[in-house]
Amino acid sequence: MNILNFLKLSEKVKVTIDGMPVEVEPGTSILNAARQIGGDIVPPAMCYYSKLEGSGGKCRTCLVKVSKGSEKDPRPMPKLVASCRTNVMDGMEVQNITSPEVVEARRGIVEMLLINHPLDCPVCDQAGECHLQDLAYEHGAEATRYEFDRRTFDRIDIGDKIQLHMTRCILCYRCVFVADQITENRVHGILGRGDHAEISTYIEKAIDNDFSGNVIDVCPVGALTDKTFRFKNRVWFTKPVEAHRDCPTCSGKTTLWYKGEEVLRVTARKDEFGEVEEFICNTCRFDKKETKDWVIEGPKKVSRQSVINSNHYDQLQPAQVVKKNLELMEANKEQFERATKF
Amino acid sequence: MESLSGRKKVLEQKPMNFMERIYLPAIFKGMAITFMHMFKKKETIHYPEQEREFSENWRGMHSLKRDEQGKERCTACGLCALSCPAEAITMISAEREKGEEHLYREEKYAAVYEINMLRCIFCGLCEEACPKEAIYLDGPIVPADFLRKDFIYGKDKLVEMPINELEALKAVTH
Repeated sequence: MNILNFLKLSEKVKVTIDGMPVEVEPGTSILNAARQIGGDIVPPAMCYYSKLEGSGGKCRTCLVKVSKGSEKDPRPMPKLVASCRTNVMDGMEVQNITSPEVVEARRGIVEMLLINHPLDCPVCDQAGECHLQDLAYEHGAEATRYEFDRRTFDRIDIGDKIQLHMTRCILCYRCVFVADQITENRVHGILGRGDHAEISTYIEKAIDNDFSGNVIDVCPVGALTDKTFRFKNRVWFTKPVEAHRDCPTCSGKTTLWYKGEEVLRVTARKDEFGEVEEFICNTCRFDKKETKDWVIEGPKKVSRQSVINSNHYDQLQPAQVVKKNLELMEANKEQFERATKF
Repeated sequence: MESLSGRKKVLEQKPMNFMERIYLPAIFKGMAITFMHMFKKKETIHYPEQEREFSENWRGMHSLKRDEQGKERCTACGLCALSCPAEAITMISAEREKGEEHLYREEKYAAVYEINMLRCIFCGLCEEACPKEAIYLDGPIVPADFLRKDFIYGKDKLVEMPINELEALKAVTH
C-alpha cells in the first residue's frame, strides 16, 4: 500500500500555464513549473530565489491567476496567488500574461515597489543588470503618482567590501536568507517594522564570513553593491567573460567583467532567471582581479535584448544576397550557355 | 554605326561667321554679367568675424550644463556614450567627496568627460538620452584645428561657465 502511495505521489502532474501544458513533479511551485516551460510566460520574481530555502512570497510580483484549481476541484482560486508559494495540482490551469487582471495587478505591485525607491539609476552601479529596472520597464507605469518624500537612509558599509544603500532596498529578504543559509551565524537581518523596516547589522558589525559577498549577487536591486566596483564603470561598458580557478573554498566558477585588460569585478555565474549557479567565496570575488589568476573559458552568453550586449555585433548575419544559392547558380549557368550558343 | 536606341542625335557643326570668330562680342557680354554682379547683394559672409543666425534646431558643439546652484548636472551614467552611434564619448566617473557638494549635483560625477569632435556626427542622440538634462548641443560650429589631439574636447571646453563667472564676464564686456 505504501509503495502504491509512493508511486502515486511520484507521478507527474499535468499543469497548463497560459495554454502551454507541462508535466512536473508534485510539490513543484507554479513559478518553477513555468520556468520549466521558459519564455515569456515565466512570472517575474523579485524575492524568490530557488537556491535559498524559504525565500519568496514577499514581493508579490509573481502573482498569477488560477482559473482552474485542479482536475478534482475545478473551481478557480478566488484571488490572484503568488506563484512562487503555490504548488501545482493535477489539471491546474494558470493564466499569467494572458490574464489582464494579472497584468493590471503587476502594474500596481511595481508602483508599490517603486514608492520608496529613489530611482537613481544613473548613479546606481546595478543599473543595466537590475531586476527592478527590468520589471518596471516591462510591467510598470511610465510615471509615478507618488508625491511625498521618499524614505531615505545613510549609506552603510557592511565590512570594507560591501556597500548597503538602504534607500534602494525593496525588502526582498534574499540577503537575509543568504546570511542564514550560506554563512554559519547570522549577523544581519531586518530591523524595524513596516515603513521603518531596514536591512542592517547590529551596531554596523561587519559580516565576517567567506561567503558574505554573495549578498551582492542575490540582491535584485542596487541596495547591496560591490565597493571594489563602486563607480568604476557602467555594467554595459564591461565585457563579461566566463572563467574558473582552483579555489579551495568554493567551486571557483565565476564571471569576470573586463574593461580592456582590467578585471573590474568578479561575480558568480547567473542563469537566465538571474540566479547564481553556484555561490562563490570572497577571495574569488574581491581579491583575484588579475587575468593570471583565472582560466578563461570564453565570453559569457548575454541575451540580445540586454543592454550589456549593446554595440557588440557577435550575431551578425551575412546579408541574404551573399549566400550561395546552388539552384540559382545552376539555372544561371544553363541560361548563360543557352544565350552564348548563338 | 547605327544607334541602338534610335534616339541618338548627330549635331551639325557649322563654320563660325566673322562676328563669332573675333570673340569680342562674347567676351563683352560675359564681362557685363560679371560687372553686374558687383552691385548685387552678397550671398557670402566673413565667417569667423560674422556669423549667421542658426536655426532653432541647430546642433553644434556640446555643452555640459550646470543647475541653478551652479552644480554640474552630469552624473556619468554613460547613457550618452551608450547611445552615441559614432562612439565619440568617453568618461571616467568618480565619487563626490565630502565638501564637494557645491560642485556636483549627485554623489557620482564625471571626473573625465571627453568628446572626440572628429568622430561626433552631431546627431543629438546624447542630448536625447541624457536623463539629467546635462548635455545639450547648443554651441557654435566646432572650430577647425591643426592637430587631431586638439579635437578631443575635455571638461575644460565642454562644461558651462559657472553663473557668477558668466555674470562677471558680462559686467566686464558691457
